[in-house]
Amino acid sequence: MNMRTIIGAAALAFSVAVASAADISGAGATFPYPLYAKWADAYKKETGIGLNYQSIGSGGGIKQIQQKTVTFGASDMPLEPKQLQASGLVQFPTVVGGDVPVINLEGVKPNELVLDGPTLANVFLGKITKWDDPAIQKLNPNLKLPSTAIAVVHRSDGSGTTFIFTNYLSKVSKEWADNVGASTSVQWPVGIGAKGNEGVSNNVIQTKGAIGYVEYAYAKENNMTSVSMVNKDGKVVKPDASAFQAAAAHADWEHSDEYYVILTDEPGPDSWPIAGATFILTYKQPPNVDNTAMALKFFDWAYTKGGKMAEDLDYVPLPKNVVDSIRKTWASEIKTPDGKPVYTASK
Amino acid sequence: MVAAAIGLAGLFMIIVVLFWQGFSGLSLAVFTEMTPPPGSSGGLLNAIAGSLIMTTIGVMVGTPLGILAGTYLAEYGRYSKLAVVVRFINDILLSAPSIVIGLFVYEIIVVPMGHFSGFAGSIALAVLVVPIVVRTTENMLNLVPNTLREAGSALGMPRSLVIRRIAYRTVSAGLLTGVLLAIARISGETAPLLFTALNNQFWSTNVLQPMSSLPTVIFQFALSPYKEWQQLAWTGALIITLAVLALSIAARALSAQTTQK
Amino acid sequence: MAQIAVPQNQMVSSAAAARSAAVRRFALNDAFFRGLTRSAAIVVLLILGGTILSLILGSLPAFQAFGFGFLTTEIWNPVTKKFGALAPIYGTVVTSFIAMLIAVPLGLGIAVFLTELCPPALRRPIGIAIELLAGIPSIIYGIWGLFVFAPFLQVYVQPYVIALFGNVPLLSSLFAGPPYGIGMLTASLILAIMVLPFVASVSRDVFDTVPPMLKESAYGVGCTTWEVVKNVVIPFTRVGVIGGVMLGLGRALGETMAVTFVIGNAHRISPSLFAPGTTISASIANEFTEAVGDLYTSSLIALGLILFVITFIVLAIAKIMLMRLEAQAGR
Repeated sequence: MNMRTIIGAAALAFSVAVASAADISGAGATFPYPLYAKWADAYKKETGIGLNYQSIGSGGGIKQIQQKTVTFGASDMPLEPKQLQASGLVQFPTVVGGDVPVINLEGVKPNELVLDGPTLANVFLGKITKWDDPAIQKLNPNLKLPSTAIAVVHRSDGSGTTFIFTNYLSKVSKEWADNVGASTSVQWPVGIGAKGNEGVSNNVIQTKGAIGYVEYAYAKENNMTSVSMVNKDGKVVKPDASAFQAAAAHADWEHSDEYYVILTDEPGPDSWPIAGATFILTYKQPPNVDNTAMALKFFDWAYTKGGKMAEDLDYVPLPKNVVDSIRKTWASEIKTPDGKPVYTASK
Repeated sequence: MVAAAIGLAGLFMIIVVLFWQGFSGLSLAVFTEMTPPPGSSGGLLNAIAGSLIMTTIGVMVGTPLGILAGTYLAEYGRYSKLAVVVRFINDILLSAPSIVIGLFVYEIIVVPMGHFSGFAGSIALAVLVVPIVVRTTENMLNLVPNTLREAGSALGMPRSLVIRRIAYRTVSAGLLTGVLLAIARISGETAPLLFTALNNQFWSTNVLQPMSSLPTVIFQFALSPYKEWQQLAWTGALIITLAVLALSIAARALSAQTTQK
Repeated sequence: MAQIAVPQNQMVSSAAAARSAAVRRFALNDAFFRGLTRSAAIVVLLILGGTILSLILGSLPAFQAFGFGFLTTEIWNPVTKKFGALAPIYGTVVTSFIAMLIAVPLGLGIAVFLTELCPPALRRPIGIAIELLAGIPSIIYGIWGLFVFAPFLQVYVQPYVIALFGNVPLLSSLFAGPPYGIGMLTASLILAIMVLPFVASVSRDVFDTVPPMLKESAYGVGCTTWEVVKNVVIPFTRVGVIGGVMLGLGRALGETMAVTFVIGNAHRISPSLFAPGTTISASIANEFTEAVGDLYTSSLIALGLILFVITFIVLAIAKIMLMRLEAQAGR
C-alpha cells in the first residue's frame, strides 16, 4: 500500500462523505418525539426530505438553538417573551398533549388509582413513602393498596415534560412551590433520575412500586398503568385526548404574547389538570435561510396533513384559527436579511 | 481458587447473555435497514455506516500523527527533555477519561462550526487513537536491533531513510498491531461521540452533518421502553463486541508472528 | 600521463559534485523528517495542553461564581443556578473505591490461579480469554447491567438485604431505601466486573516476572502454595501490582458508560448504598447537551476538569511506581 493509493482513497472517501443532501436538523423535547418521528417518516416518504430530530430534552433543544447548532429547537416549556426578544427567537406551538403519572403496582389496573394534586406533590416531596399511606387510601376507598415502598422516578435531563409537571405541582402545593419550584430541571427531593420520557417509562416498567410522570403517548404505546387525577373542579378525570382537549379549549392562543400559554390546572369538569403544549423555537433572522424555510415547510405540511397521525397517538392538534395565526406569524416575523419572509404558506 | 472461579464465571455470564440476546435479533434486516422511529421495526445500517466512516477517518488522521510522534520518541528524541515529557503525557492521555476528550473537541470544533458533525466525532476518535499508536510505535521501534540501523548507515543511507526503509519495514506487523488495537479501542467508545457527532436517524454519509454511530444508537435505544429498540440495542452491542474481538485476535496473531521472527 | 589525468580529474570532480548534491539532499530530507517527527511529538503535547486549557477556560465562570465552595457543596439546582460538585465527586470516589475493593482481591486471585495453580494446558486459553474480556467496550457492561443485573438485584437480592439489616443499628442506613435495582452499589459492582479483567491481566504479567528460582527455593523448603504467594511472589511484585491497581483505578474513575445506565442520576449523597447517586462522568454525559445557561455548562466543564485532575494524579502515581519497578529490575 503506497502513499498514492492511500491519498487517493482518502480523497474519494472525503468526497463521498460531503456529497449527500442535507436533512433538516432539530433537537429538543422528548414529549412530542413519538409524533415528530412519525411525521418525519411520512414526510420523507412523500417528499424525500429527512427531518433529523434528536430527542435530547427541552433543555437541550433550547440550548442547541441558542448555540445555533440546529435549525430549530423544540421545547415544552415556552420561553417568556422577554427571553425570546433577548435571543432573537420566535416560538409557536405544534400540538397539545398531557403529562400522565404512571405507576407500577401489582393488582392495580390502568386509570384505576386516583390521586389529587396535593397528594401527588407529597409523594414527590418524599413525605408519602408507602403506597398504603392514609392519604392515598382516602382517595381510593375501594382499592386494596399494598404496603410497598414508593420508588419515585423523575427526569435526569432538562425536560419540558418536567416543566409542565412541576408547574402543576407548584400550583397545587405551596410547599412544592417554595422548596422546589418549576423548571425544566429542578432539584428533586427524592427519587432516581432517568433520561428522557423513554428512560422514565423504562424505569417505571422495570421497578415494582414505582411512580413516574411521562407524556401520554409513552404511557399509551407501552401499555403502562396510568393514574386518574382529581382536577380543579373536583372531578376525577382519566387521561385521554378528550380530557386534554377540554383543557386546551381554555387557551387563548391568538391573544397571547408570543403564544406563551401554560395549560396546567385548567378549570372545567372534563379538563385534564396536567396538560401542556409543545413549542418550536427558531430564529427571526435565521443564519441559514434555506434550512429554516425547509423546516417551516415541514411544519406547514404537518399542520395540514399530520392531524390524523397526531390523534392516533392521543395528541390534540391545534384548532384551525390558531394554525392560521401561526402562519401569519411566520410571514411577519421570520425574515431574510433583506426583509422578505423566509417562508410563505400556500394557504 | 474460589476467587478465580467467581470472577471468571461472572465474566463469561455477561458474554453468554450478550450473545443470547444479540443473536435473537440478528437478521439480514439489521444490515439493510435504517434505524426506525419508535414502534416500528428496522435495522442498524446508518449506525454501522456512521461508525465505519468515523472510525476510518479517526484512524487515518490519528495513525500518521501517532507513528511520527512515536518515531521521534524512539529515534530522535530518546532521552531528551521533550521526549521524556511527551512520553509521560502520552501515558496520561492513554488512560484519560474519554468524556473529557469529548468536551475538548466540543469546544474547539462543534461550537466554532456551529453544529454537530461526523467530522467532530472523527477528530475525537483520532485523539483517542494517537496515544495508542505512539506507544506501540515506540515500543516496536525500540525492538529493532541497532546493528540493523548501523548497517544501513554504513552503507551511506541518511538517517531518515534508515528509519523509513529499514526500521519501519522490520516492524510493520507490529505497527499494524498497534493500529488494530486502536481501532478496537475506539469502536466501542460512546462518551466522546455524544456531544460531537450527536446522532442521525437517517442514512447520511455527510461528515459535515450529525452522524449516527453504533455506540450512540445503543445508548439511546437501550434507555427506551420500546421492545424493538431494545432488541436492536442488544444486536448492536453484539456486533461491536464481535468486531472488537476479531480485531484483538487479529492483533495478537500478528504480534505472535513478529515475535517468532 | 597528463592525457590520462584530465579525464580522471573530470570524473572525480563530477562524481564529487554529484556526491555532495546527494549528501545535501539527504541532509535536507533528514532535517525535514526529523522536524516532522518532532512536530508530531509537540502536537501530542499540544493536545493535552489544549485539553487542560479548554477545561480551565470553560470552568472559570463556575469557579468565579462559587469559589472553592464548589468542591464542597452538595446542591445542584438548575433553577436557582446553584451548583456544587460534592455529590458527583462523592459518587465517583465511592463507586471506584468499592469497585477496587472487589476487583483487586478477585483479580489477584485469578492471577495467582493462572500462574501457580492452573494446569499448563489451560493457562494460555484462559489468559487470552481474560485479555479479550478486558477489551470489551464499556457500553456492553452498561446495558447488561441495566437489563440483567439490576432487575436481578432488585428482585432477588435487595429486598432480603434491606429486611436483613432493617433492625441492625449502623448497617440499616447503609442498606436502606426502596429496592430500585439501580443505584450506587449496582454501579460499583458493574465497575468491579469491568475492571476485573484488567487487574487480573496486569497482575498476571507482573507475577510472571518473579524468577522461578525464588519460587522453587521456597517450595523446596516446604512452603505451601499460599505461603509462597504471600511471602515470595507478592512482596517481590509489590510495586508492580500497586502500579497495575492504580491504573485500574484510573480507568474506574473515568468510566462513563458502564456507570451512567445504572447509577440513578440523583445529585444527592445518601448513606444508603442502594440509593441513587451520580458520578462526574455520568453527570456530564447526561446533562451536557441540555445545560442551558453559561453557569450550568461551566459547572459541568468544571466537573470535567476535576475528574481530569483526579485521574491525572492517580495515573502519575501509577507511572512513577511502575518506573521504579523497572529501575529495580535493572533496566
